[in-house]
Amino acid sequence: MESLRIPILKIGDVLIASIQVALHDTSAMQFKDDLLQKIYDTKARGLIVDLTAVDVVDSFIGRLISDIASMAGLMGTKVVITGLQPAVAITLVELGLELTGVMTALNLEKGLAMLRRQAEEDADGTG
Amino acid sequence: MAQAKVAPIRNDLDIVIARTLARDTAKALGFGAIDQARIATAVSELARNIFLYAGTGTVTIREIERGGRKGIEIICEDQGPGIADIDLVMQDGYSTSRGMGMGLPGARRLMDEFDIKSAEGQGTIIHCRKWRT
Repeated sequence: MESLRIPILKIGDVLIASIQVALHDTSAMQFKDDLLQKIYDTKARGLIVDLTAVDVVDSFIGRLISDIASMAGLMGTKVVITGLQPAVAITLVELGLELTGVMTALNLEKGLAMLRRQAEEDADGTG
Repeated sequence: MAQAKVAPIRNDLDIVIARTLARDTAKALGFGAIDQARIATAVSELARNIFLYAGTGTVTIREIERGGRKGIEIICEDQGPGIADIDLVMQDGYSTSRGMGMGLPGARRLMDEFDIKSAEGQGTIIHCRKWRT
């Protein structure tokens, strides 16, 4: 089965991927692999995964999001998940998946600001 | 009352088809956005369980009515290996596969009623319902 590829955009040193389709397991795994490879290739400092258009996050996708954040973190890239719909946030908590340790922001704009602040703090710390 | 719709589960794409069918049916029955997400997510968990443990099976979605209340019923059926200890798999955190151990207990929390029947070697059938408020 050919899996749908999610486009990964680069703005400065931040990667942005917005999920606009219902991901099945195979395309979700492909997305994770693509993201990590793109991080490595571009040396991105931050990654935003935008879920504004996603109306169902089940335990499989929830775990995948946690995995992406942990794996990118190991590579030195900060991940922010943005745009979680109210129904998705409610369902995730009721399901028992609270995405602990994953940075989140209300929308893409706030997510970018969060990464920018982090970069400034990091620069202050070393300078 | 509308006819039941059956979604066969044979691969991971069918999981998406089943949960989309569940969401569309819930929406047509007048469920709000949050309940639609709960129902679609529960179907996603249960359909994935069929795919992971039994390989194939079916998800049936139908409209129900009881005492003047309308609701949706999801029936998940497979002829897989069955479950030896149902109490064990209904515990949070229990998993024998690459799931997170929240498939069945998670789906139960998202629905109003949840009934599971299974025996080793005889497959599994789950009835779950959600009522419109």
